[in-house]
Amino acid sequence: MTATPGTWDPTQPILEIENLSITFFTRLRQIPAVMDFSCKVMAGESMGLVGESGCGKSTVALAVMRDLGKNGKITAGRILFKGQDLTTMGEEELRRIRGSEIAMIYQEPMASLNPAMKIGAQLAEVPMIHRGMSRSGSWALARQIVADVRLPDPDRMLNSYPHQLSGGQQQRIVIAMALMAKPALLILDEPTTALDVTVEAGIVALVKELGEKYGTSMLFISHNLGLILDVCDRLCVMYSGEAVETGNVTEVFTGMRHPYTQALFRAIPLPGADKNARPLISIPGNFPLPHERPQGCNFGPRCDYFAAGRCNAGDIAMEAVPGGDRHATRCLKWQEIDWLAPPRAAKAREKLPPGEIVLKMDDLRKYYQVSSGAFGGGLTKVVKANETLSFEARKGETLAIVGESGCGKSTFAKVLMGLETATSGKIMLFDENVQSTPIQKRGADTVSKLQMVFQNPFDTLNPSMTVGRQIIRALEVFRFGDSDAARQARMLGLLDLVKLPRAFAERMPRQLSGGQKQRVGIARAFAGGAKVVVADEPVSALDVSVQAAVTDLLMDIQRENGTTLLFISHDLSIVRYLSDRVMVMYLGHVVEMGTTEQVFAPPYHPYTEALLSAVPIADPTVTRKHIVLEGEIPSAMNPPPGCPFQTRCRWKSQVGGGLCDRVMPPVVQLAGGHQIKCHLSPAQFAAMEPVIRIAAQ
Amino acid sequence: MFAFVLRRTGVMFLTVLALTFIVFWLTNLPPNLEKLAKSEASVRMSDAEVASWLDRNGYGTPTLHRYGQWLGVVPGWTREEEGRFTGRCITGTVATLDDIPARCGLLQGQWGFSTVFKQPVADVIKRALSMTSWLMLWVMIVMVPTALTLGVLSGMREGSWTDRILSGFAIVTTATPEYVSGVIFIVVFASATVGISPVLAEMGWIEGKTLFQGTATSAMDRITFWNFALPVMTIALYGIGYIARMTRASMTEVMSQQYIRTARLKGVSFSQVVMKHALRNALIAPFTVIMLQFPWLLNGVVIVETLFNYKGFGWTLVQAAGNNDIPLLLGCSVVAVVLVLITQLISDIGYVFLNPRIRLS
Repeated sequence: MTATPGTWDPTQPILEIENLSITFFTRLRQIPAVMDFSCKVMAGESMGLVGESGCGKSTVALAVMRDLGKNGKITAGRILFKGQDLTTMGEEELRRIRGSEIAMIYQEPMASLNPAMKIGAQLAEVPMIHRGMSRSGSWALARQIVADVRLPDPDRMLNSYPHQLSGGQQQRIVIAMALMAKPALLILDEPTTALDVTVEAGIVALVKELGEKYGTSMLFISHNLGLILDVCDRLCVMYSGEAVETGNVTEVFTGMRHPYTQALFRAIPLPGADKNARPLISIPGNFPLPHERPQGCNFGPRCDYFAAGRCNAGDIAMEAVPGGDRHATRCLKWQEIDWLAPPRAAKAREKLPPGEIVLKMDDLRKYYQVSSGAFGGGLTKVVKANETLSFEARKGETLAIVGESGCGKSTFAKVLMGLETATSGKIMLFDENVQSTPIQKRGADTVSKLQMVFQNPFDTLNPSMTVGRQIIRALEVFRFGDSDAARQARMLGLLDLVKLPRAFAERMPRQLSGGQKQRVGIARAFAGGAKVVVADEPVSALDVSVQAAVTDLLMDIQRENGTTLLFISHDLSIVRYLSDRVMVMYLGHVVEMGTTEQVFAPPYHPYTEALLSAVPIADPTVTRKHIVLEGEIPSAMNPPPGCPFQTRCRWKSQVGGGLCDRVMPPVVQLAGGHQIKCHLSPAQFAAMEPVIRIAAQ
Repeated sequence: MFAFVLRRTGVMFLTVLALTFIVFWLTNLPPNLEKLAKSEASVRMSDAEVASWLDRNGYGTPTLHRYGQWLGVVPGWTREEEGRFTGRCITGTVATLDDIPARCGLLQGQWGFSTVFKQPVADVIKRALSMTSWLMLWVMIVMVPTALTLGVLSGMREGSWTDRILSGFAIVTTATPEYVSGVIFIVVFASATVGISPVLAEMGWIEGKTLFQGTATSAMDRITFWNFALPVMTIALYGIGYIARMTRASMTEVMSQQYIRTARLKGVSFSQVVMKHALRNALIAPFTVIMLQFPWLLNGVVIVETLFNYKGFGWTLVQAAGNNDIPLLLGCSVVAVVLVLITQLISDIGYVFLNPRIRLS
């Protein structure tokens, strides 16, 4: 069936993977990474590969590129690209296909561009290799493609080095590089994971548009179901090295036929989920390690519908779902399960009334001084990381701080924790002014009252200290308990609190999974009975199925202790799910603040509106307006005059007299304590339409 | 850029000042001066005589004052004796001080008079440096390309046989100090009784008794392969191993970067991946190491020049130290310190040009 190049029939699949198995051979053991994987991508079609980390989706992509490294071997199956078998191709033939017929876009744009080569040289290389184009010809083509991916000032771009561009611009360059040879198949490996949501929205719109323009087929790898819905025609859900369900995107989203797909959807916060009334349902247990996979169905041990003796008897094959559009599932029981049954009722909880004011910030400012110039010196500039930040947080309340990178939310956390001192303003913790007290000078009592849960659980635990020892160390620092025995008992109590087995006290961090590590991080933060906890993106590094469990844990502890939670995040879905009040930041300014309902419904600040429209939602019944922000986030070193958002605002033309260009907008107080920093008139606010509409069912 | 160089030069100046003072203080410790007095005047002097000799020759004032005189910021000492003047800035005796400059030190270009060579220090150092710069030049010509090639070859395919053999070679050479490798070279290549020379001579393949010359003295007049190869190799070998290890480490790291994968998956051939994408990034780290080798070369030069009797800077330093030649020793230290600091400055500036991400401040 292997065809010669050039004789490929466009009605045939452009990429056909048949029963692919990939194994990594290490000194210790053989690790099967992908088993019995099949999929077809037709010309012009975009195929999504979804799954949690370690499920083998990236391995499939690299296998298509035949770049599995020294250890990876394709042990069975075929990969047909335009009818030619890639698995048997020689290095020279592969080289001709790579970059010209199949191109790849990667997760980390900064890491995938050569730091010491100019952008233009990196782009021009592709046609020079594959089409033997002249240097000047390929630079001209590069210029055209750079304009095609809508980058401003293409000539300057071509002569820049990668580090001179922003993350979004870098990713556009990587996309341009992939398009230089007009490939037939584009593989996108989590192309937007490292980017901000509004940037992501721009990239996704670009990828879709270019896909249609050039008729490129796409293999889109992501863990984000919402993105898959936005971009893809078909998808393939992977779990632990196997495809578990495949089919048309809308069909799978509305009528999934595999328990894992169902569990995945129940674990992500969709509009309508509520921490009190309709909490998320996390998937019990952990992802199996590749060498510890169970017999039979890999998902069996975590599945609600598991039938012993049947599901764990032997290998399960993909089975076509009749009547579907090439819909197939790897489940023995799919015909027996009642797919329309509502999820088992999770217990609804009472909403807690907010208590007294615990933390109060008044007109807080934080400025940094930086110098420019390659050899130091140059002009000294002032970066205004936080400007006139005022708010208060009450006992038992969750206040979310939302914004994209560079908006000043991390600076704010640093100032609050005492890692930096504020330039001016007041921070009152209970009745104590902690504004100008750095953390070294704060008493153990203050420090233990104000704690932090960090973003990356992998880096925040000491790798050479047992889990129990690390918690006890925190207790010692907080001067908690008067004897070792008391602290030991408290440590075990904390492990109970975060729902970890007590035996974990003796484990080393490397023996724990990501979710378990984050639980240890939470236990440490709550060790001294913290009253205010700053959670800096506590679940963004975790997989979807674990996210729900960790979020619920945080909520439970908060409920029991009446802790005030400052939840810093860029993920609006999770913010909508768990927070009571939301504060939206842009370039160091609070542009909008109010209760969750107020912020997520009109009237919006124009930036909030764009932010909401940018978040992909994994629900085909939800329609949302697409507002793509033009341009880049201005540098905090050189903010625009007047309103900080004026350079990208779509409402700017509706404000008369060029106010936005000249005058910093006042804080407009709306009903119910809702405040917006904008020049728009009350009438214009009242006329705003909601960004997200849920279709009536 | 200009401000940076200016600032660094300022710091450099201070460092030179501090370091020369330390050397000055160490060489002018009382026992050293006593030795000086005895070697200059008479070995059988009593303690009182030594003290008066030192006093009469300007060594009586405090160290800091004498350091100032040596630098040329404090007026040199003068002494009147029977209507004639002698002093720091006077050779012999003069009748009047009118034509004599008040200060004569480093700043005035007066580096002093070498007691060993009976010549002005500046002349001695100038001659020695020109000798050594030839040695250095050849060492660099041999060492840098060889080391980089070895490092890149072994780093581009980590764990391959090429890598293992070259890494093994690099470790052996780094682990062998110059005084060991130099002696081995002489025994193997430049001895009339052992090594390969007798065998070659017997077979009539070489004209003289030895393949290479065991001394580099003749290279001071005319450099040939036969008289210069051994000293150059002795110094270079050590550096080759060191730089090659650095280059290899940096190359293996670069080869595992994502942008190398990007290049590979663009369809760039392996040789082009190495040449165009990996090389420049891989050379950033070794560049600093190569510049750091300059001071280290001075070190090797001392041993090798003594071993091969090549009268360059290292040999002069040894002579000065061995004979308590204080002015020469001081002069050598100034040159060495300036040399080291200048290479550091070049290394920092070059780093910025190699690595577009770096900003110095």
